[in-house]
Amino acid sequence: MAIIQTRNLTKTFGKIQAVRGIDLDIEKGEIFGLLGPNGAGKTTTIGMLCTTVRPTSGRGAIAGFDIARQPTQVRRNVGIVFQDPTLDTILTGRENLQLHARLYGIPSSVRKNLIEQMLELVDLKGRADDLTKTYSGGMRRRLELARGLLHRPAVLFLDEPTLGLDPQTRARTWEYIRKMAAKEQTTVMLTTHYMEEAQAVCDRIGIIDAGRIIALDTPANLIDSLGGDIVEVNAPRPPLETIKDLPYVSSVKMNEDALEISMKSAHLHLAEVLSIIPDVVSVQMRKPTLNDVFIKLTGRDIREDAEENDGGWVEAAARFNQRGR
Amino acid sequence: MGISAVWWREFKVFWREKSRILASFVQPMMWLFLFGSGVGASLSVGSINYRDYIYPGILTMSVIFGSVFFGLYVIWDRKLDVLKAVLVAPVTRISIFFGKVLGGCTDVIMQVAILFMFSFLFPSVNPWGIPQALLILMVTSIALVAVGLSLGSLMESLEGFQVISAFVVFPLFFLSGALFPVDERLPRWLGGLVKFNPLSYTVDGVRGALLGVANAPFYVNLLVITVFAAVMLSIGCILFSRMK
Repeated sequence: MAIIQTRNLTKTFGKIQAVRGIDLDIEKGEIFGLLGPNGAGKTTTIGMLCTTVRPTSGRGAIAGFDIARQPTQVRRNVGIVFQDPTLDTILTGRENLQLHARLYGIPSSVRKNLIEQMLELVDLKGRADDLTKTYSGGMRRRLELARGLLHRPAVLFLDEPTLGLDPQTRARTWEYIRKMAAKEQTTVMLTTHYMEEAQAVCDRIGIIDAGRIIALDTPANLIDSLGGDIVEVNAPRPPLETIKDLPYVSSVKMNEDALEISMKSAHLHLAEVLSIIPDVVSVQMRKPTLNDVFIKLTGRDIREDAEENDGGWVEAAARFNQRGR
Repeated sequence: MGISAVWWREFKVFWREKSRILASFVQPMMWLFLFGSGVGASLSVGSINYRDYIYPGILTMSVIFGSVFFGLYVIWDRKLDVLKAVLVAPVTRISIFFGKVLGGCTDVIMQVAILFMFSFLFPSVNPWGIPQALLILMVTSIALVAVGLSLGSLMESLEGFQVISAFVVFPLFFLSGALFPVDERLPRWLGGLVKFNPLSYTVDGVRGALLGVANAPFYVNLLVITVFAAVMLSIGCILFSRMK
């Protein structure tokens, strides 16, 4: 049986339908990405699977435990890294893990060893006895990862794990996520705005928009579904119909300033295509990305929404730093 | 499990912030020696010097301020999402609530214990009454941490802090008879308000234990404050469970 399973999982807040009937089957050890713009229902879906949000209807189960009827067992089997930092800044790194171990009932006989192992895994041993308010953004994320995995959960939820981190730290954080998931055989379900990262890390991806899963497959298959490579041609009078009729062209779209052609094996056919377009000003060829998949499915760029969310994180980080008592 | 984990955390934080322990000791000492000695120079209550007379009241004051504000800090925890990670753990809300109550009570009682160490500076205080006084102060602290947590779980931001301070904490203190004897010389309205305040029974109980002057027997005072604590814990449990 799938480790995460949902059937028609739905959540309504008053009149707003945040999540509209989601069906998922995620296998053990899989890294699954939930992609979508702000307000698509990602965080609400994760909230329901972690039992902090009560589903309005539908069912869901983690490791065979029902999210509505067996919340305590579900909680024992999930680890969570929230979008906003949730470390206790008055405590040291080690104490944060100790608190977590106590909350999850990890016996004191194994607690110490387990914490040392985790600290080593995220390379925080040297800083373990410093207060977490002195940590950098990347270090905090790593400690939160260690905390999320400390009780050996079957499923680890990561809500925007790299939001607000600089590119280098983001790359390293993904390395840790992959390394730890492999070592602990943990199933990972994550949300992110960074399409390239999702593409590189996830085994499968579900694209969510307005509370519905609108596509679900491996990154490679999703990208292949676009029909090959993308060629952008800037020309004043392109013969649209003729191009469309070419056997290897899967779709043609006229954008404001350029013609966007999806075609198979562009490197073989590009010359022929260009020969039938008069007065070509410029040509660009690229491999499509998950963002293109997203644009095709929703008509929007996922990054349009990303900006304001980054702002929110910065604000949260600022609040985090102010902590005092 | 949840109770001891949360309790452990509060204890760690308490030890970490030594300046807070010092501040919690300095303020009552100023009341006793700067205010108490000043007024005491020209005033005593019966045969007891005023400074000694308000010692039980100032102990109670420490408990009131320490407990309510400890509870209110839950707003801050929520605002900074510190509580979020705790609230998804496989422990009940109620055990988190009781962990917080015990944590707050421990903090406050340790502050009170420091004040007790200086009780030899007050000649009228009977040191054998300290265990009794500690008992009633502990129950009072439990009740008031629950009050603080209840108010904190209802409030969205720390902006309401001043309001709580002005309309809950200070009235509870001034109307407890901490600074004056509660007898027939009080204006009727004031006497009525004082009798209505559960904290008056704490002050009376501590005064009986330490100074041998009280309006009611110790067990009556303890009973009143225990009932108050039970009510506040029940309300707190409900509000804390509903907290977003």
